[in-house]
Amino acid sequence: MSEHDHDHGHDHPHAPITNGDEPAAAPRVRALEELLVEKGVIAREDVRARIDWLVSRSPGDGARLVARAWVDPAFKARLLEDARAAALELGLDPGPSPVVVGVENTADVHHMVVCTLCSCYPRALLGPPPDWYKSLPYRSRAVSDPRGVLSEFGVELDDDVEVRVLDSTADIRYLVIPRRPDGSDGMTEEELASLVTRDSMIGVAEPAAPAPVG
Amino acid sequence: MRYRVGQRVRVAARRHEGHHRTPGYVKGKSGSIERVHASFTNPETRAYGSDGLPSQTLYLVGFAQRDLWPEYRGRPSDRISVDVFEHWLEEAE
Repeated sequence: MSEHDHDHGHDHPHAPITNGDEPAAAPRVRALEELLVEKGVIAREDVRARIDWLVSRSPGDGARLVARAWVDPAFKARLLEDARAAALELGLDPGPSPVVVGVENTADVHHMVVCTLCSCYPRALLGPPPDWYKSLPYRSRAVSDPRGVLSEFGVELDDDVEVRVLDSTADIRYLVIPRRPDGSDGMTEEELASLVTRDSMIGVAEPAAPAPVG
Repeated sequence: MRYRVGQRVRVAARRHEGHHRTPGYVKGKSGSIERVHASFTNPETRAYGSDGLPSQTLYLVGFAQRDLWPEYRGRPSDRISVDVFEHWLEEAE
């Protein structure tokens, strides 16, 4: 164990966080799984089933919610209030997350989501989070320099747009409803859903632009 | 539920040994209640094998970025909203 007595702005001791090929927690997780299986608390199949479920999720479900919200203001209102209920309404599996809340990007406000403490993320609706979402640089800079981070993701906001960062530190998961792109009038809901990218639902990108007509 | 939407609150500045979900960068800072989510089991005890009861009300608390980071480079109205449990909140003027 290397020295870890310097002050880096929080107040609990922990082992050094490494960036090696294997996450620092992996051996601990393996040992924990062995013990839980040995003691009969969980079965190996439970772990596998849970992993299978996690990796079977995709941003396509979140995109369907956003596309419906773009064409149906009443649905959008419900999505902003309780995204879990809205997902069930479309026959989607909102997963075990207790509460999912939709937040809407407008001409005046731009939302982006981070979990500074770990990697909380609406996995049921967006699939597994991207590696950068779990990285220390994103988690620290998204809160202190969101405009700088957005710029690196290619999002340049006008000065009169307010940036609102959401730090999902507890039981709530947040889903950003990005702004509907210009030139998407007349597109079907399915076509609209194809414009909605994962990153746009985290709030670090705009949706894809519609293909030019003609 | 002790606080209502719009009310000014301050996050306790106390240290807490062990697992907790209050980020250091908002401790001791003042903001306002933006949303009252619901009650959830307490992660500080649940993390150590307890049932996490009594439940705690969870709030979305909004802070001005400039109150958190003195050298913040955005516009003055930029905000950050953080989920904070009731037992970490105090009334602020």
